Parts: sequence; C-alpha cells; structure tokens
Amino acid sequence: MADLSTKVTGIEFKSPLLLASGILGETAASMDRVMAEGAAGVVTKSIGTDPREGHGTPAYLDLEVGTINAMGLPNPGIDAYVKELADMKGGGPVMGSVFGKDAREYASLAVRMERAGCRAVELNLSCPHAEKTGLELGADTGKVGEITAAVCKAVGVPVWVKLSPTLPNMVEVARTARDAGAGAVVLTNTLKSMVISVEAKMPVLANGMGGMGGPALKPVALRCVWEVRRALGDSIDIVGVGGIGTGRDVAEYLMAGARAVQMGSAVAGSGPAVFRTVERELDVLLTRLGHGSVGELVGLAVPEVVK
Amino acid sequence: MTHRMVRISHAVRETPSTLSILFEDDEPAMPGQFYMVWLPGCEEVPMSVSYCGDRHGITVANVGDTTAMLHRVRVGEALGIRGPYGTVYRPRGRTLLVGGGFGTASIAAVPDHRWQDDVHLSALVAAKTSEELLFVERLKRGGLDVHTATDDGTAGFCGLATDCVKGLLESNAFDTILACGPEPMMKGLLDISRERGIAYQASLERHMKCGVGVCDSCSVSGRQVCLDGPVFDGDILMELDEFGRFRRDPCGRRVPL
Repeated sequence: MADLSTKVTGIEFKSPLLLASGILGETAASMDRVMAEGAAGVVTKSIGTDPREGHGTPAYLDLEVGTINAMGLPNPGIDAYVKELADMKGGGPVMGSVFGKDAREYASLAVRMERAGCRAVELNLSCPHAEKTGLELGADTGKVGEITAAVCKAVGVPVWVKLSPTLPNMVEVARTARDAGAGAVVLTNTLKSMVISVEAKMPVLANGMGGMGGPALKPVALRCVWEVRRALGDSIDIVGVGGIGTGRDVAEYLMAGARAVQMGSAVAGSGPAVFRTVERELDVLLTRLGHGSVGELVGLAVPEVVK
Repeated sequence: MTHRMVRISHAVRETPSTLSILFEDDEPAMPGQFYMVWLPGCEEVPMSVSYCGDRHGITVANVGDTTAMLHRVRVGEALGIRGPYGTVYRPRGRTLLVGGGFGTASIAAVPDHRWQDDVHLSALVAAKTSEELLFVERLKRGGLDVHTATDDGTAGFCGLATDCVKGLLESNAFDTILACGPEPMMKGLLDISRERGIAYQASLERHMKCGVGVCDSCSVSGRQVCLDGPVFDGDILMELDEFGRFRRDPCGRRVPL
C-alpha cells in the first residue's frame, strides 16, 4: 500500500481526502460518521453569527453534468454550533468554515471555531448564492486581503481561504490571501449558475441562481489549482475541490499542485462510503504509476515552479 | 435528474384533510420510497409514495401553504417530481402494517407491490377520529385483514395504535411489523417488537432539502433519512439516540420532537 498521508498548513492527514464544506457538516454525528467511513478530515458547514434557514426549496438538483444547489448558507449560528462540535466523538481533524458580512465578523467567528477545537479555519469568500457575504466579498481583492489579515491576527490556527472559480484574477487574489497570512487557498467553491424549467417557464431553484459542483466543475477548478501553483509555487498550500469522485480525479488535482482535496457532490446519492472507494482507487493508481506516496505527485504536472 | 414534469391523471379526495394525486410516470417506485415534489411557484416538498401499482401517486395532507396549493391541482396539470428516493419496506412472512394518521399513506402502498408468496399482509389503520381513517376500504379490497383504531373511539379500537397492536399480538402471530406514523408511535412499536422478537421497520419523517444525502437537514444521529432511510430496520433504530426524541429545525438546530 502506498503512503497516502499528506500535510496541509502543518496539519497531518492520513489521506488527501477531506469532506468539503456544505456537505453533511451541520451535525456532529454526521461528521463523525464521514470520518469513520474514510475521510481524513472534515470541513464544517459554513457557520455565521445567527441561526439562518437559508433559501427555500427547490434548493438542490442533480444535473446530467453535476449538481446545483442554492442552500443559502443555512446554519444553526455559532453559539449552537460550538455545542454541536463538543458532541463530536471522533478525534479527526475538523476545519471550521465561517462566513460573515465584514472582517470583524469573520474574525470573531474564527476565534469561536478555534476555541471549539478546530484545527484550521476556512473562510468562505466564495458562496455564489448568498447576499452581502461569500462571493460578494471574495470578488473584491481588497476585501479578501482585509478579511484574511483580520482573521490571521485573531487566531493561532492556520487560515484557509476558499475562493470562487469565477474570479478573473485568481492568481492575484491567491497572492493577496497569502500575503495577508493565509496558509492555504481552497480552490474552488461551486460555479454560479442556474437551471430553467421550460414547462414551468421559470428558474427551478427557489433562489433562481445557485452553485454548480460535480464533474462539470472539475476542469475549471483544476485549472485554478494549476494556475496558482504555477505562479506561487509552494509558498502557499492548495486544497483542490470540484468534481472529485474517483482516485484518478484526486491524482489530477495532486499533479496540478494540490496537497489535499475535498469531496462534496460525490457524496450525493452514494453517501460517505465514497471516501473509502476513492481512497482504494488512489492507492491502486499510485502503485500503477510507480509512485510510493501522495507527496510525490504534488505539482508533477506543473512545468515551471517560480516563486 | 432535475424534475420530470408528469401529467396528473386523477385527484382523489380520501378524507376531509387528504387528497391523492395520481400521475403518469414510467419510473419504477417501491413502497417506502418518496418523491421530491415541486409544484412550480411553490416550495419543493418530500412526499411518500402512496400508490406504486398500475398507477403512481402521492397522498397530500393539507397542513401548510404548499400542501394547500397541492390540494388545488386539477387533472391534466403538470407536477414536477424527482426520485423516487430512499429505502423500501421489506415484508417477511406474516406482516402487520401499522399506519398512524397521515403515515398510513406510506404503508398503504405495500400491497401494491407483488411480494413473495409467503408474505401475508394485515393492517392496522389508526387516526384521531373515524373520518380521518385513511385507505381502509382500499386495503380491504386488496384482501387484507384491516383493523382500525381511533383516539376518540369513533371507529374500531378506542385508544393508541401501540395499545391496539399489543392486543392484536395476544391473538395473532406476526413475523414483521412495518410502521409509519407519529414518532412516539413508531418508537413504542419498536419497543414492542424488540420485546417479542418481531422484525421491525419504520419510515421516518424529517425536514428535507436535497433528498440525496448531502445537506444534513434530515439527519438522525448521523444517518440521513433521505438516503439511509426513510425506512430503517429496528436494529438501526436502536442505535439512533435521536430517534423518538429530537429533530433538526430548518437552521440545523437540534430541537425536541
């Protein structure tokens, strides 16, 4: 068996397979189960200051090319959520995802996540279907720098910044996050998109617009990883996310420069058991390619690494 | 899949508060499963399969804004559905179906499927009052022994379904109990089944958004009702600490049932 372990911002993971934010990350028991079924770590649902129901339904659809959702950041609020985290029974690494309206709110939520035992915080600066947060902040490079710096100043744990695949200046934003103190960028969130019912003559998602994940996102997010790795080298860690459902998909992201990956849409319909399957596939693939460890693959497909 | 728009073929009043909507759909469905149902312009809601024989359909209780709109549909109109999703009932041997209130919609579909010859179905239909007893005639027409219970004693056994089942078990032997209804009833029947060594399956209901196991809204102690359920075996239910006690509100907060 190949050595599947990896390290992101100093945190050791038994494999590169992490649970993406927004997927089964609302309840302690579900996160425990996802790790029991093979995930090396989990990122929580994005948590805000107050309880929030999110958008109405339809909020999720399976597409031929992936999935689309407009959950709208439902979450129990940070006070209830830290109690939820205290109910976790397993000891695997948990990364706390947070969203807010400004730097101060992000920082205060990050502190709560750190105190609750999260090994890192992930800043959601990329949700494409919520107002005055997520992508609406993350599309502004100055705000990304300001929010990241405020959070890095407030917490001691590593800060991961999750970005949108729609950014036209991906490298510049990643560099800004790095210079503000982020240890990793998470590339990428879902792609802003929509579905229309021709029979109903209206958008299907209650929110109209949503975020697309799954197979169609993979080439886009993979390009983002590769672009950032090529420009910034290993001066910032990269976590790849978007359309990963096989060991081969993981290898592509590793070769593009990611040190770990997150899975989301792949859980739909098959449940958390998909982590074990992908782990096995990755192990077999590494051996077949003549590699003994995940680390050997990182950045292999990036021709020129310059600082 | 996104929604398939299916044509409504029948809209049948079952009781003062329930309406069955039958539609034309080629996708196979099994008893226990559910559809995510979208009437354009309204919220999408999970609905148990209540008919899965020659005709497919759901039975809607008028309990909110969306279900009130569903009660106004007409034959020929289109309904968006995705699914069916979830696990199925698996009757074995002499099987008692127990439906409490609107939960009867789910167990009433069990006789629509052709099971192995050694499966013999009986039913207990329970409701608050006689006029809300669902599908008694339909189940009788299907050849089942049908018992009834009402909280107010206006028909059949007067009292709780769980007490009625205890009485039935004194004079009848069952290999399996399948249940859908209020969670205290399903929890009570779990205890009764365990004490007597009877196989048990129950169909749970929770707030649902995605229907495919990603959003965590319907989770009960780490199991997703939409993907691992809605029909759970008694052995699994025994492990679910939140069963019969807690649910999640739309924000994900744990609240008492």
